[in-house]
Amino acid sequence: MKQRDKFEVIGKPRRRVDGRAKVTGQTVFADDIVLPRMLHTKLLRSPHPHADIERIDTTRAARHPGVHLVLTGADIPNEYGILPVSQDEQALRTDRVRFVGDPVAAVIAKDEFTATEALELIDVSYNPLPTIANPEEALSQGEVRLHDYSEEGNIHKRLAYSFGDVDEALESADRVFEDCFFYEGNTHLPMEQHAAVATVDPDGKLTLRSSTQCPHYVHRALAKVLEIPQAHIRVIAHPNGGGFGGKTDPFGHEIVVAKAALALGRPVKICLTREEVFYCHRGRHPVIMKLRTGVTKDGKLTGMHLQTLLDGGSYGSYGIASTFYTAVLQPVTYHLPRYQFNACRVFTNKPPCGPKRGHGTPQSRFGQEVQLDKIAEALDRDPAELRLNIVTEPNSLTANFLQIGTNGLAECIKRVTERSDWKNKHRKLPDGHGVGLACSSYLTGAGNAIYWNKMPHTGVQLQLDRSGLVTVFCGATEVGQGSDDVLVASVAEILGITPAEVKCITGDTDLTPVDLGSYSSRVTLMMGNAAIDAAQRARALIGEAVAVRLERPVQNLVFSGGNVFDAGDPATGMTFQEAVVCAEERHGTLGTTGSYAPPKPPAQFKGGGVGPSPAYSFTAAVVEVEVDPATGWITVPRVYVAHDVGRALNPVLVRGQVQGSVYMGLGEALMEEQVFRRLPPKLSAAMVHKNPSLLEYKSLTSLDMPEVITDLIEDPDPNGPFGGKEAGQGPLLPIMPAVANAVYDAVGVRIDAVPITPDKVLQALELKAAGKDPRYGPSTFPTVDWPEPYFVLPPWEGGDGTASNRPERKRAAKMHVMDKVHSS
Amino acid sequence: MNDFVTSDPIDRDNVHGTFIVNGERIQVSFAPNKTLLEVLREELGLTGTKHGCELGECGACAVLIKGKPVLSCLTLALESTDTPIDTIEGMAVDGELDPLQAAFADLGGSQCGYCTPGVLLTTKALLASEPAPSRDQLREALSGNLCRCTGYQQIFEAIEAAIVALPDQGKKTAGAPS
Repeated sequence: MKQRDKFEVIGKPRRRVDGRAKVTGQTVFADDIVLPRMLHTKLLRSPHPHADIERIDTTRAARHPGVHLVLTGADIPNEYGILPVSQDEQALRTDRVRFVGDPVAAVIAKDEFTATEALELIDVSYNPLPTIANPEEALSQGEVRLHDYSEEGNIHKRLAYSFGDVDEALESADRVFEDCFFYEGNTHLPMEQHAAVATVDPDGKLTLRSSTQCPHYVHRALAKVLEIPQAHIRVIAHPNGGGFGGKTDPFGHEIVVAKAALALGRPVKICLTREEVFYCHRGRHPVIMKLRTGVTKDGKLTGMHLQTLLDGGSYGSYGIASTFYTAVLQPVTYHLPRYQFNACRVFTNKPPCGPKRGHGTPQSRFGQEVQLDKIAEALDRDPAELRLNIVTEPNSLTANFLQIGTNGLAECIKRVTERSDWKNKHRKLPDGHGVGLACSSYLTGAGNAIYWNKMPHTGVQLQLDRSGLVTVFCGATEVGQGSDDVLVASVAEILGITPAEVKCITGDTDLTPVDLGSYSSRVTLMMGNAAIDAAQRARALIGEAVAVRLERPVQNLVFSGGNVFDAGDPATGMTFQEAVVCAEERHGTLGTTGSYAPPKPPAQFKGGGVGPSPAYSFTAAVVEVEVDPATGWITVPRVYVAHDVGRALNPVLVRGQVQGSVYMGLGEALMEEQVFRRLPPKLSAAMVHKNPSLLEYKSLTSLDMPEVITDLIEDPDPNGPFGGKEAGQGPLLPIMPAVANAVYDAVGVRIDAVPITPDKVLQALELKAAGKDPRYGPSTFPTVDWPEPYFVLPPWEGGDGTASNRPERKRAAKMHVMDKVHSS
Repeated sequence: MNDFVTSDPIDRDNVHGTFIVNGERIQVSFAPNKTLLEVLREELGLTGTKHGCELGECGACAVLIKGKPVLSCLTLALESTDTPIDTIEGMAVDGELDPLQAAFADLGGSQCGYCTPGVLLTTKALLASEPAPSRDQLREALSGNLCRCTGYQQIFEAIEAAIVALPDQGKKTAGAPS
């Protein structure tokens, strides 16, 4: 069959396939589900940040009128967790609570009001334990451990990797820059609070409908905890009212309603309150970091040593992955001949941290990009020129064996500096006005699944019937990003029909092939490729049948404009529907499948599985600021952003993702904080959230949001569907450092701590006025007892992607590269 | 502890009222402590009206009462009887999308869609009094409607494009996606 040289659906700005439902209020979110005989659930949560549960008495609650069931941890004690290595959660705690808000009991009643009343009638006695409030306490107080499985004391995990001899690389540098930064935690704040409804179906099997980004992982957790075969459980992911990573863990409330529905034989629902959503969290880890970077006189990097310390909160969640992500993507943007990282995650008595948009990478990207601005300043070089001189090459390996494919970073930098008139603004604007530049890169899907397996990461099924309708089934989950639109558009494009002729069924474990979930910016690439795979097989079946019917060679046929015809003789052909009928006559009922698994990554060393991706997106941003020196108030009038997306499958949606990322990045840069305070001990040792409401947790409103000038850089990536790469996370990453760099340009102070709030700016301005170091931020990195690093030789030093801790290898490596350090 | 719960239960006996929703008069029996949001969603099945906080902080529950946007989560249902209420379900007339709805669907004004009903109704109310608002007027009018997805820009662009599409309104050109 002939490949059309132009796309008919892909790349065109189009109404998204679920657009009508959203603007008419017809999208059914999980809390919109109402079923006959449905009961409602409320959770009793711990008022203590750390305590042993001595006794729970539910007698009075169970007797309360209107209460149908009271559950405690003893009813569903099995542990679960998103990562196989940290199965440390229980739907309801049995023995120990670890943060204010840890659920200990559930009431299922005729309505929420009654359930809330009955919560007051549950008697729990706690034996309070010493509380770990922050990483410093976690490192120094190991006697009272949050988890017995932690590496040591309250240290969850320590990582140490050295890609080449970094000490030597720093010694060989003309200058070494050493900087510490702090990045405060923040949370996703989806507009929809988490909700779930469980039912027992007529066949006695369990169905859970939930606002989850990852129905497949919820499916696995339910089977494990409830001890029911996975095949007897159906999980339906309803469209999420925003997720941003906050709905990627399996949650206790999902398990509670499932257990209750099975126990009562009635539909059971829960919808969390906004305050509960803040305590569920799984958001951005607070990270303190230190970077030591070697630079030559001409602005080349010789090596970097990065240390990160993550405040993980009380449970594992995605934490091990988050810990890797604070470090592994650093070498993707700029060529780092040698790279060492040490990363440590600790447990504290606060809600668990996990993946938020950019998962683990924004924190150290902030440090790296602000440090580069300092380096440019010290070397008296333009920050854009400095970066253009060191960007990574397309189709290259990094020191830590990540395979970069297409790479539009240089083009992104050129575009935003042109658009913003950077050359005439940077260091040239009047006092109080400034511009800042920063860059980033992000994964288009993680190269490995969360649990080890050899199966595809996503599957797609197509059903074609004689009506001409094509139905496409995939486990992917619509969280607002437009995954349904990508699925439908990909199939329509290959079959030469319009999206209106394609219907999608997604996120349903009974009906749809597995897709791992809407996280790590994986859906467009992985699902898109699987959809193309399935659609091409369908096209082949149809083409074969039509070729016979028309008596034309199959290679002459074109699928275009809703027709299948001979390219050389367009009058000889038929409608797509006629073609499907033709194919059904020849082949029988028509259906095809497609699947996708990422390429095998080149890294062979243990831990090398985190970081590889089929394609990396790249972004550059210039942020303009105005800083009032009297108040420290920062106004952002404009943001220029250029994003290398490979190909924009639907430019309207890609722009929306880019601008939404800029918005969320500005919130992180300027105001968003998930912070806790320890109540006075005489009252309580509780670690409570300082601002668990939409009013007090500050985010940008329509009044605060600047104009965003958006450029999409399109250089199709061979690994992407039609060349597409991710757009939903990467564009957030440069915003925070670009704001910091712009503030420096405006008023000459370095705010090395996120968020960049007026009080910090004022403190730094006061230091500046006093002739002291005009800076706000940490000056030291806490002492961590790091293990001996895994030593991996970079590819350009003869490395094969394996690691060794043997000293002789390190020495041999040193000998081998003595004369190569500067040449790379 | 908390003996009040059993000794002095709140009177939750239902009351009766007539609501005029999207032009239809509906008799409803509801508990007097329910908010308009709860009556719309739970008694009338009009789940297009969303909730993000139930504290008046996010704007997701905005509906129009007598054409003015109100937060239905802070409005007692009892206060809202016998008065015209517009919800998102009534915005498309005879199956035809309102130009605002069409523009939001076409131009990225809606991503996850959760804030969308509140944003659309608030905008509709604005356009009724100010047919050709400036960008600053749009920012002001929507400052009580939090959106976590779009960064607001495509919302503004969609509204401005819809104004052009509306009969007898606005300027000749506006709202092309930037």
